[in-house]
Amino acid sequence: MSSSRLEILNDGGLRHDARRPYELRSTSFLLSTHTASSSSSSSSSSGLTPPDGSSTVTQGLTSVQVTVFGPREPKQRSQAAHDRATVVVEVGVVPWAAGGGGGAKRTRGDKRLQEIGAAIRQTFEPVIMTHLYPRSEIAINVQVLAADGGILPTSINATTLALIDAGISMLDYVTSISIGLHLLQPLLDLSQPEELDLPMLVVASLPSSGKITLAQMETRLHVDRFEEMLSLGTDEKSGR
Amino acid sequence: MAAAQVAVPSSSKPHPPITILKRARTDVPLSHTKFLKKTARGKVMSILRERYVRDDIPCGFEDCTLCIDFPGQRSVLPRTGYTQHHNFAGNGHWLVIDTNIVLHQMDLLTALPATLPIVVPSTTIRETRHRSLPLYNRLQQLIQDEDRCIWVWWNEERRETATVQEEDEETGIEGMNDRNDRAIRQTLHFYAEHLDASTSKAPQLVLLTDDRGNREIANSEGLTAVSARDYVDGLQGEERARLVDLVVGGVDEVSTGERRAKRIYQDYLPQDTLTAGVKTGRYHQGHFNANQYNYLEGMVNVPGLAKPVLLVGREAMNRSVNGDIVVVEILPEAEWKAPGEEVVDQDVALRDDDADDDEGAGVLDKELEQQKSETKEVEDETRKKPRDILPTGRVVGVVKRNWRAYVCHVDRSSLSEAALTSLAQQTVFATPLSTSLPRIRLRTRQAPQLLDQKILVTIDSWSVNSRYPDGHFVRSLGQVESKEAEQESLLLEYEVPYRPFGKAILGCLPEEGDKWVVPEKKPDSLEWRDREDLRDLIVCSIDPPGCQDIDDALHARRLPNGNIEAGVHIADVSHFVHPDNPMDSEAAARGTTVYLVDKRIDMLPALLGTNLCSLRPFVERLAFSVIWEMNEQAEIVKVRFAKSVIASKEAFTYEEAQLRKDNKTLKDPLTDSIRLLNSLAIKLKAGRMRAGALSLSSPELKIHLDSSESAEPIDVEQKQQRETNSLVEEFMLLANISVAAKIQETFPATAVLRRHSPPPKTNFEALQDILMKRKGMTLDVSSSGALAKSLDSCVEPNEPEFNTLVRIMATRCMLSAEYFCSGSVSKDTYGHYGLATPIYTHFTSPIRRYADVLAHRQLSAAINYTPLHPSLQSKSHVEKTLKVVNRRHRLAQMAGRASVEFYVGLALKARGAATGSGDGRTREEAFVIRTFKNGLAVFVSKLGLEGLITFNKETHHYDAENYTINVPKADGSEVSISVFDKITVDISIEKDQNTQRGKVKMVMVSPVSSEGL
Repeated sequence: MSSSRLEILNDGGLRHDARRPYELRSTSFLLSTHTASSSSSSSSSSGLTPPDGSSTVTQGLTSVQVTVFGPREPKQRSQAAHDRATVVVEVGVVPWAAGGGGGAKRTRGDKRLQEIGAAIRQTFEPVIMTHLYPRSEIAINVQVLAADGGILPTSINATTLALIDAGISMLDYVTSISIGLHLLQPLLDLSQPEELDLPMLVVASLPSSGKITLAQMETRLHVDRFEEMLSLGTDEKSGR
Repeated sequence: MAAAQVAVPSSSKPHPPITILKRARTDVPLSHTKFLKKTARGKVMSILRERYVRDDIPCGFEDCTLCIDFPGQRSVLPRTGYTQHHNFAGNGHWLVIDTNIVLHQMDLLTALPATLPIVVPSTTIRETRHRSLPLYNRLQQLIQDEDRCIWVWWNEERRETATVQEEDEETGIEGMNDRNDRAIRQTLHFYAEHLDASTSKAPQLVLLTDDRGNREIANSEGLTAVSARDYVDGLQGEERARLVDLVVGGVDEVSTGERRAKRIYQDYLPQDTLTAGVKTGRYHQGHFNANQYNYLEGMVNVPGLAKPVLLVGREAMNRSVNGDIVVVEILPEAEWKAPGEEVVDQDVALRDDDADDDEGAGVLDKELEQQKSETKEVEDETRKKPRDILPTGRVVGVVKRNWRAYVCHVDRSSLSEAALTSLAQQTVFATPLSTSLPRIRLRTRQAPQLLDQKILVTIDSWSVNSRYPDGHFVRSLGQVESKEAEQESLLLEYEVPYRPFGKAILGCLPEEGDKWVVPEKKPDSLEWRDREDLRDLIVCSIDPPGCQDIDDALHARRLPNGNIEAGVHIADVSHFVHPDNPMDSEAAARGTTVYLVDKRIDMLPALLGTNLCSLRPFVERLAFSVIWEMNEQAEIVKVRFAKSVIASKEAFTYEEAQLRKDNKTLKDPLTDSIRLLNSLAIKLKAGRMRAGALSLSSPELKIHLDSSESAEPIDVEQKQQRETNSLVEEFMLLANISVAAKIQETFPATAVLRRHSPPPKTNFEALQDILMKRKGMTLDVSSSGALAKSLDSCVEPNEPEFNTLVRIMATRCMLSAEYFCSGSVSKDTYGHYGLATPIYTHFTSPIRRYADVLAHRQLSAAINYTPLHPSLQSKSHVEKTLKVVNRRHRLAQMAGRASVEFYVGLALKARGAATGSGDGRTREEAFVIRTFKNGLAVFVSKLGLEGLITFNKETHHYDAENYTINVPKADGSEVSISVFDKITVDISIEKDQNTQRGKVKMVMVSPVSSEGL
């Protein structure tokens, strides 16, 4: 059962994990996983502040934990903006996330992780009402606990929940999904082996207005197909 | 990356609802697959994949009440199963097939009656895919055949039949095989239960498997399991007789009937050792090419080495069959040899071999003796000619078998007299049509019927203690020498796909069928969008007589500014054949139309090829036009490309066009247009010749057929070349070059081009040597221009055909032209050597060549008519497609040639009968083109026929240095015959007694009769 012979979509219209193209993996959302009350006693002694908001989102075997700190005094004064809050994102992947000791070990400074961090920041900067929190910082800490494809969309979904948990004002909540294309058939919510084989688009949108706040793609794709996938991505969000 | 807030209009296409799968607690054990995988660097990784189980996998039963709403449910499996079986009557039965049936009994599987319902568990498909891609593809073809009742059951995806690897304290972790077997048995359990819910009279489910272990477990679980042999044995009536030969021996048989273990061959090394050896350079990997003149010799072309590796003798070739990818070990240099110079015919040498018995002692001795003497001679030879020595090696393993079905004859001599009438199973030899293949041992019950038939045989295995490979009978093609059988065997031998176009493909044709016409010109008409209206131009087409697929038409006229406008109009195939539909995939797989003497195997359905796309006269047709503005010297001032609509004014044959042009009394615009084109073509040709284009020669023959009905050939003649042939050719070349430059400029990475690499100088060495020694002529091969010039000077004043012969031989030294993707090679290798142009493609025959269709699509994107399909933007996809097209093109050429050869044979026979000489002999002059130690290869230019004359007695002397053979005359003096000498030969068609194969036999009559030699 080598991956080189993985069948993306078989003749029965089933994907390698027996999903159909428009089926998402089983999902679970956990809010307030690091509450102030549960960790207050220990944190006061160690000097750690509990996060203001936290969440864990699992999509299939991918699991991401997000903690949000803020709005708070910026760690570095130079970063403060006088009229709005700055959003800082840090992304980390636990060493065992990819499973089996395979895959490249990701460290904090990794280019790839920085890019994911930047994507998350750019997604949320226009959505968070930053003008309500001048001269402060909102820190988003993303920890990928298990990776089986779709790290970015899962992180965005988890971040939305953590921000809500932290009580930070937003225009709308943000939902995100990855969309792949196999021949002419779009597939939703890709798993790791599918991600390796298919061109992929990550869409984040605001479900109530249908606006798109992130569309990221690293592979080349035909324009016609792109349009189809993008609208499918937004449909998916609002259709929930 | 784009991050912006854009409102997107809601979805343009409706799609099924988007859902999130919820996992039930009970599914948890089935939710993951975990396995270990070794990476390329030898690291072992444990991989965990998610997996869902479903309840909505349809069962395919026509009366099923449970599955009726599931996506993909179709009524495939009938209410009553197959009843024509002795053991499973009543409600009939359905078959469930195991993987080993697909792997070993594929031919049987395809031959099973179409009404027999078969359930294929996905485990079987997956395992087949993992084991053998060709078999997987054949299985897919079978499954997609709509006339059959075959249903794929996605067993691993359905909750009831999903399996997990079991762990047992006693036996440890369950093996992959056992698990797959269990999964397949689970399918039978499920179906039995599932059917009970919908019907009270469910058909019986029968597991077809050749694995005895699996059968035993199945029986103990209360299932019915049967081996392929037993199953076929129980079939009723004709089906049984039809299928019984298709059953491969089977796994069971080999394990019970152990053969005497006398080894002839060495075992192959394990796969790991081979890959490691190739990597370290200890072994070499390459394609095995059997020598068609000597069955005990073969070559392996190894990419890394300058010279091919020579394999001498059966042991060294170690069970490789022509086309296999093998791994060879090179012997120490002291044991290197030169290739033999003798013709050793397998049929003759091994005439007395017994099919039943491997160790026919007599044969073995004889062969050994022969080999010994041969080795000795080879050694003598080797000392004499050190430059011919090749690295010599032996095969240590086979990476990939390229076995396919071979067209064979049953060897009559391998049948005993008594067996000629018996219907018992017996072992016979099948001799393949191609001389580079070994004979195949075959077990059949219908030997007497097969004697005079052409049959299709596949090789199943070749064990170490068997001199010949074992095979099985696939089907009969028909009587030997009947035209249908010969034609089909030709197509099979050259792997030409000749099945009629399927329903899905024909569904891609325009709905109007042959009523389709170019619609009226309206602004909103889709056909007329961005098309030029060239209906008023005086366009005509010039083709060979009887041509139905007219690809191209031409026009020329004077422009007011004194320049000349010339246009080439090509059938707009890309308007009808859209990328990525079934018709397109079929055309890509066929690659080219194949022309046989009396049959054409179309690449596109006939409706398009001979009607809608064909630029027939007096009707409006869509075209893709290349239009030049040229000055009087035929230099291009301007070129433009446009989609257009034309109406051809006339369809000429070459001859008609020639006559019209030469008829001075005609002054109409059409004739003027042809004259104008002709004058331009002459200048174009002169320009090309100046640039160093070669005019090469290969014998082109024309077969006269009696009438289209009987297709009896009467005679053969060489094709005539007229001025108008060259006219059309020049303009097609020009169009191709212009298009090539345009698409290369627009799509530098993926343009579909054609090139002809300059041949390595060493290729000409032998020819140069022969010419020098025999005729004192030199051949300058420094460039194509120099070669063209020196070829022109190779003339014998009293031998007009000598020049043609040299050209033919020079052509054989060259590489063949090929399609390629512009991004995959460096730009300075784009050139076309033969045409002496820096860039070239094929654009002008989209009806019959697939590469042209691709070029059309790219050009149409280059002029912004349509966007380029994504597949044509992917380099790897273009490369892959062109690789297929190149191969098909080569095979099609060979098939065409073989077809001509067959008809030449028939024509010779007819000619012999007509002259009343009785024995069907024809006397012709021939040139010697090669000398062997015991014979001559000759070329009859009048018939385009090559033949072999062998001397069996050792009375002649062979002088390899001077390419001369000295043959004694009747009076004792000697005559020397060398390469390029003209001799007279008698040609006859001789039927081989054993193989029933019609062979062209040549006998020299002058200067010496070779009959007694």
